[in-house]
Amino acid sequence: MTPTEAAAAAPAADFWGQLFVFILASFIGLGVIRRVSRLLHTPLMSITNAISAIAVVGSIIVTGADYPPTIRLLGGIALFASMTNIVSGFLITDRMLKMFKTDKKPVEGGHS
Amino acid sequence: MSHGFVQLAYIVATALFVFALHWMNTPATARNGVYAGVAAMALAIIATWAQPEVIHHGWIVLALLVGTAVGIPLSRVPLTAVPQRTALSHAFGGLAAGLVGTAKYYLWLGEGPENLTPFRMVAIIVEILLGFLTFTGSLMAAGKLQEVKWIPQRPVTYPLQNLSNLALFGIAAVAGVALVLNPTAPWAAYAFPAIIGLSLLFGVLLIIPIGGADMPTVIAILNGYAGLSAVAMGFVLDNKLLITAGALDGSSGLILAIIMCKAMNRSFANVLFGAFGQVQQAKGLGEGKVYKAESIEGAAQVLEQANLVVIIPGYGMAVAQAQHKVRELYDQLRKRGITVKFAIHPVAGRMPGHMNVLLAEANIPYTDLVEMDEINSDMPQCDVALVVGANDVVNPAARTEKTSPIYGMPIIDADKARTVFAIKRSKNPGFAGIDNELYFSDRTWMLFGDAKNVIGELVKNLAGGSGIH
Repeated sequence: MTPTEAAAAAPAADFWGQLFVFILASFIGLGVIRRVSRLLHTPLMSITNAISAIAVVGSIIVTGADYPPTIRLLGGIALFASMTNIVSGFLITDRMLKMFKTDKKPVEGGHS
Repeated sequence: MSHGFVQLAYIVATALFVFALHWMNTPATARNGVYAGVAAMALAIIATWAQPEVIHHGWIVLALLVGTAVGIPLSRVPLTAVPQRTALSHAFGGLAAGLVGTAKYYLWLGEGPENLTPFRMVAIIVEILLGFLTFTGSLMAAGKLQEVKWIPQRPVTYPLQNLSNLALFGIAAVAGVALVLNPTAPWAAYAFPAIIGLSLLFGVLLIIPIGGADMPTVIAILNGYAGLSAVAMGFVLDNKLLITAGALDGSSGLILAIIMCKAMNRSFANVLFGAFGQVQQAKGLGEGKVYKAESIEGAAQVLEQANLVVIIPGYGMAVAQAQHKVRELYDQLRKRGITVKFAIHPVAGRMPGHMNVLLAEANIPYTDLVEMDEINSDMPQCDVALVVGANDVVNPAARTEKTSPIYGMPIIDADKARTVFAIKRSKNPGFAGIDNELYFSDRTWMLFGDAKNVIGELVKNLAGGSGIH
């Protein structure tokens, strides 16, 4: 377990730095999401699902590092769950967005 | 890959995620958002996987493959089932956060108690609380939306419900605080699993009193929780990419939940603890009032004479799978030079934006999908308002009836149109169990029957009529 000690056991995490990032990211999130078209709230929810599956990053480390097997198993299940969200989230978002069209071709036999 | 490169990749991924959401501000650029999101995710996965501490690859490959195999069919569900798919993916997100938190706790406990700093313990406790309650709560929501048999559809209430839920959460919080103060105490071996068990239970109890009409808000709140549990994971793992991406998801959930609550004139607390839909059960349904029914032929004639027709869809349209017939009606009316608009209430359907997606699938241009606030000013000029499977969102009781549970909720002013046609399968009340004044108005004529059949008949009638000329 010694090679991982240095990376894993560094208790002096930068709490204030993390909090700072969290607060700023929340402000950016609120600003950006407030402007999202109301037409697209369903795709918005599925794309943010996929984005929050960034938990995949943590799961990869827990699954792949030199940890006891039971811990790696928990990581593996988490990795599976995150990957499912990434794949289904992005695919269904794209599938829905493809359906949003403007009225380019005039209606057959239309008066206009 | 060195630490610097990994951090650089994470920064680029963060920027791409922000752009992904930025491009969602109009349907014209929205698909770029998906590409940016996919690129960011791929970058983050590769950078993480390439780190030297990742030495076992078999399980990673396996988990990614199985995840892909499950994810692809989940992305192909019919659009009427998108709310339950979304709830299911919140459940997966919560599960991932809960499991990683649990893994890190036992890992650090095994490596030595000095690893369990108070800060890390707080982050872990928050992560597993949010993660596991999102997991079971979202599973329950998905089950309710899918109408799984053994999950009750109507809200389940019992005496002292909120108090006992609160007490349960209090116990979990106290156990959490005790663990933070003393992570290696002999009782910690029991306290930690107890917190997991309590959060799993709490998730179930939080959702059972909630009815179908409140699902849009609940899904939005669970979306926020899933995001916040990813943020907590970021604090545990000291990973700023997780913190930013989770915060983006969390703020999306928050904004959507606020929009949904405003659209129902209710507070978060009221949605979560109010047990909607129980209140009016006892009240007599339209005593002494009569519906006026109209024939298909009559309705078709009135529609033909109109200049502006506003179609107001609700969840009933999705249930009857009537959206493609609605499109045919739209075409028939447009052919005659009639302007047709769709009035979309924010809480119509079972999740935010649900109606827009269903109508877009039926090839209705999104430029004709109009929000409630915008369409209401046009309603007095509207010749025919056609209500398809909507109920509470057009109920004038929201304006006048102080005792109604939907009092104060903004509605689409269908009653201001010159003529209202309401399609209704039966004479029973809507999902929220509330009687609708609109159906008894002088201007309203009912078209009883399945929405798909009724609209199909209207289309046939209009098509036949135009053939004679």
